[in-house]
Amino acid sequence: MTKITAALNKQKENGSKGLIVYLTAGYPDYETAFRAVLAASEAGADAIEIGMPFSDPLADGPIIQKAAAAALKGGATTAKTRSFIERIRRYSPIPLAVMTYINTVLQYGSEEFVRDFSAAGIEGLIIPDLPIEESGSVEPVCRKYGLDLIKFVAPTSTEDRIASIGRQAAGFLYCISVAGVTGVRDVDYSAIGEVVQQARRYSNIPAAIGFGIGSPQAACRAAQHADAVIVGSAVIERLMTGGVDAVREFVETIRQALDGRGI
Amino acid sequence: MPNKHGRFGRFGGRFVPETVMPALLELEDAYLKLKQDEVFQAEFRHYLREFAGRPTRLYFAENLTRHYGRAKVFLKREDMLHTGAHKLNNALGQALLARRMGKKRIVAETGAGQHGVATATVCALFGLECTVYMGKEDMERQALNVFRMRLLGAKVIPVISGSGTLKDATTEAIRDWVTNVRDTHYIIGSVVGPHPYPMMVRDFQSVIGEEVKVQILEIRGAYPDYVVACVGGGSNAMGMFYPFRTEPGVKKIGIEAAGKGLDTGEHAASLTQGKPGVLHGALSYVLQDNDGQIIPAYSVSAGLDYPGVGPEHAYFHDAGIVQYAAVTDNEALAAFQRLSRLEGIIPALESSHALAYLETLMLKTQPEQTVVVCLSGRGDKDVQMTARLLEGAV
Repeated sequence: MTKITAALNKQKENGSKGLIVYLTAGYPDYETAFRAVLAASEAGADAIEIGMPFSDPLADGPIIQKAAAAALKGGATTAKTRSFIERIRRYSPIPLAVMTYINTVLQYGSEEFVRDFSAAGIEGLIIPDLPIEESGSVEPVCRKYGLDLIKFVAPTSTEDRIASIGRQAAGFLYCISVAGVTGVRDVDYSAIGEVVQQARRYSNIPAAIGFGIGSPQAACRAAQHADAVIVGSAVIERLMTGGVDAVREFVETIRQALDGRGI
Repeated sequence: MPNKHGRFGRFGGRFVPETVMPALLELEDAYLKLKQDEVFQAEFRHYLREFAGRPTRLYFAENLTRHYGRAKVFLKREDMLHTGAHKLNNALGQALLARRMGKKRIVAETGAGQHGVATATVCALFGLECTVYMGKEDMERQALNVFRMRLLGAKVIPVISGSGTLKDATTEAIRDWVTNVRDTHYIIGSVVGPHPYPMMVRDFQSVIGEEVKVQILEIRGAYPDYVVACVGGGSNAMGMFYPFRTEPGVKKIGIEAAGKGLDTGEHAASLTQGKPGVLHGALSYVLQDNDGQIIPAYSVSAGLDYPGVGPEHAYFHDAGIVQYAAVTDNEALAAFQRLSRLEGIIPALESSHALAYLETLMLKTQPEQTVVVCLSGRGDKDVQMTARLLEGAV
């Protein structure tokens, strides 16, 4: 079992739910992002999703777009993000996954990217514009270097797709709560809940629901349907308005809510 | 071509979020069925003829021919098509397809506004709800087309993210489609995007080249020696070149926008200057930096101002089936004025790029040869902006 899976399963054994926190590398700068990762990890995140800034993030909503654009403007690069991950790894054992768009991987070289970023310390790779039909160039090298290539299911996924995706799942299954892009909104999680139920027939990998979760209450509602939740835009919003302390505080309240220690 | 994975050689594919994969598969399935469906094809031909005004003329440009004193120049008059550009061919085909699929809402992106106008037009015709995303900068450059779209009942949404041009409007249209994928069809305006779009748009635009084949045989008794078309995403060029792809005697030349010059970095020449990469769901040539960040394109022509190009063009480029070159803003502006003065035809700035290449090409031709240029659209939309640029010169 991989490190990400193990971390999420541990919460299951504790009778709680896993929490994956998204932060953008280099936003607002690498130093602050580094402190935000450590703060989120100390506040109770089970894994961190590091978003690599991309110029045209078509699966992302306004908040993460803004963070990515600011990071790029501030000089974020693939090489700096790799060093950033190495630095986190020297300070924290928390499971890390990089979320990036396929073009950044292709330009670096698929094998070189997977080799260098696993050496830097990540356990998972999340590529939202790489459906299973196109993963043939990345999947084998991920296996070679022991990296989990995270697969997505969505409320629009058909039953046969859920079966194939479920069978290939590694690390955790990324369950998109609602058709659309990232960003906080009211979501009825029962639709993706049904998809999670179907996926469980093909995989015992933990299911994590993401997209739209903006509060501890929403995290709990989503968690009823899965093993873990992913919180991104809402965390970046805290970072934008209140800095690292606001991130810490927000992650703590979600952790407490998921553990049933009151909202 | 393409293969079942939507690949033209190594280019193309479907690099999109899982959320829209089922919709792409459904679309491919529906399209492949309708491609064989005589009733659908007859319906498409009916609207092309009765509503759009096809076939468009293949016009012998006598004065332009005399001006160069070499090969005979013919213009494929897509500028005479209803709404003023070739874009309507594709918009009609896709709207009919959307109607067959039971989709009630249409979303589209637009650069110069011609595809937006074509889409708004077919939505008015077929009673579909229409939302068009357009870069804020382009809305200023093409204010007249914004008004036309609104007049036709479309909602035009300004896009301020990124560089505020066609690239960002496309990204925003994809985001809308991902969100409303169940009841919405995305009418992409060029031979770009994930499979099956490049194939589908190519098929709908191939009527251009198919007509040229028949018309030129009638007039000259032989296929042309050269066909020339401008390339942004590349839909009018693909429509012209595809029917001639297996005719090596017909030299096919695609003209990209060199903007302020290829060495200035301010251009839109993806094939000439870009590297293979993924933009908007397909692997093709893309303007990008070493990290794979997309570099905003630049061209005086909003319709060519795009940092990518259709994947089948990337394949044609690498396979040597089509030659690609680039002309600058200034060369295009000169051609814009030249055709207006010589032929009494004001061409779109996009098409002016293809016309500008005659300055290079004609010197190599002989009087018994023929050159066909795709006059993809009319220049009315560009008059206001070119008046500013050419102030004093006109």
